[in-house]
Amino acid sequence: MQVISLMQGVKQKNNRIQIKLMTKSSLVMRIVLWSLGAFTLMGPFLLNYGTVDWGTAVSLTLNNLKMMFLQPAFNQITFTGTLIQISITLALALLATVLGAIIAFFLAIFSAKNLAPAWLSNVIIAANSFVRAVPTVLWVLIFAIVAGLGAVACVIGMIFHTVAYLTKAFAESFEELDEGTIEALRASGANWWHIIFGAVVPQSSSYIVSWTFLRFESNYGVAVAMGAAAAAGGIGFDLFMSSSFYYDLHEVGMITYCALIVAIILELISIRIKKKLMAQN
Amino acid sequence: MTDINILRVKKWRMTGIFVVIIGLLYGSSVLTKFNLVEGIESIPGTFAWMVANLIPSAESLENLPRVLESLWETIILSMLVTTTAAIFALLFALMGAKTTQVSHTFGFIVRFIASVFRNIPVVAWALVLVISFGHNVITGYFALFFSTFGILVRMFIETIDETSSDGVEALTSTGASYFQMVFRGVIPDTLPQMLSWVFYMIETNIRSATLVGILTGTGIGFLFDMYYKRMDYGMLGLITIAIVIIVMAIEFSSNYVRRAIS
Repeated sequence: MQVISLMQGVKQKNNRIQIKLMTKSSLVMRIVLWSLGAFTLMGPFLLNYGTVDWGTAVSLTLNNLKMMFLQPAFNQITFTGTLIQISITLALALLATVLGAIIAFFLAIFSAKNLAPAWLSNVIIAANSFVRAVPTVLWVLIFAIVAGLGAVACVIGMIFHTVAYLTKAFAESFEELDEGTIEALRASGANWWHIIFGAVVPQSSSYIVSWTFLRFESNYGVAVAMGAAAAAGGIGFDLFMSSSFYYDLHEVGMITYCALIVAIILELISIRIKKKLMAQN
Repeated sequence: MTDINILRVKKWRMTGIFVVIIGLLYGSSVLTKFNLVEGIESIPGTFAWMVANLIPSAESLENLPRVLESLWETIILSMLVTTTAAIFALLFALMGAKTTQVSHTFGFIVRFIASVFRNIPVVAWALVLVISFGHNVITGYFALFFSTFGILVRMFIETIDETSSDGVEALTSTGASYFQMVFRGVIPDTLPQMLSWVFYMIETNIRSATLVGILTGTGIGFLFDMYYKRMDYGMLGLITIAIVIIVMAIEFSSNYVRRAIS
């Protein structure tokens, strides 16, 4: 009895001290977790599967994967052809990323809360979330109606997403800038552009580089997809042709391996850049 | 080296980088036959065209139930893919992260597998699976699952390594077992961050599901592709607006949850 009296004011449950406290955030998190869990159990019953013969489909897939990954071969196109197509895909991604990053840099200056008026930044943020909400492939296909299918529609469509994504990332890194630095520069008579190129750019240049490269990495994947879904050229188009027209899974495997190696190289470079920039800061 | 020399070297290096980038851009536009002027010119034209043609007509509004049905299918698919992939990704991330891995070699293998999964383009998965599973939701499910799994493993590993090393150290020094360390230290610490990645992936997957749908003939992507080929632009407008509303709604609610739990 003595013990209990010592513990007045301590929350108890079943004679045990409650260690966890219920706050708003833990409550929301618990609700979210439970509803996600319930959805995971329920979800499979909400989809319409049509008629799939699971046994055949699974064994077919395993067989296909075996053909793809264990017996890759070139049939319709050559190794040099693949290299050229991959460099076209990389070129599409590079154009979209660099041009997008340049546009995003200027938009980010006007959308960072500490550098631009509030109304302008809100307009840009709203426009951005609209642009981001439309999937890249829809942008490319819509542009293709006016500009025709090809590099122009593909790059412009990809630029839209790149700009929307990078503007947000850049603006966030600009907002981390110390308010004192800006004030000091302003007090010494620097104009707005001086502040941008004297303080903002040098301080956040490492973020800009690492975000841009990260986007380049994902734009490479997008460019592969655009080749297949929007016939915009590059390795994705060959992938689409060899799987949907020639049903040549050996070649699909070979192309996938080539695309995979390039993607892994890009990822390794991006990790290295990130590490280097982090060490600098 | 004096300070002035350092600045000069830096300046030359910057100029060099710029020259290389401009050269690469020029080479890329030659290789892909991309014309910047043509590209810029097409933007106002496309927007004028969008305003003129993409407004859904009364006729296309009659098809709204069909659009909503496909959209529903796409939403369910992308959420289900993300949650199931997150469960597997959590297990793999615990084995792959430096703080919680059991052995070095095993951790390396896990990270390598995840890297392969996320770097094979979704398109390749979709195109291979469509041959055996046909034009079916399952094709889309697996295609999205593999890439989501790969990305989430990477993000979870980064989260675990960045946020929980102090807590893990404290727990191990008090003699906690491996499972106590994971369930009392690592998971509570990293859960908010992981959940926000899960929400981010749900958003991303709705967009990718459209792409996969075009290739596998399911969901909203299939509908878009069909009306695109029929050149029924009123319907295209309706579908685009529907996607925009849904993605924005999900972004909005996930931002809300993210702010509430962090």
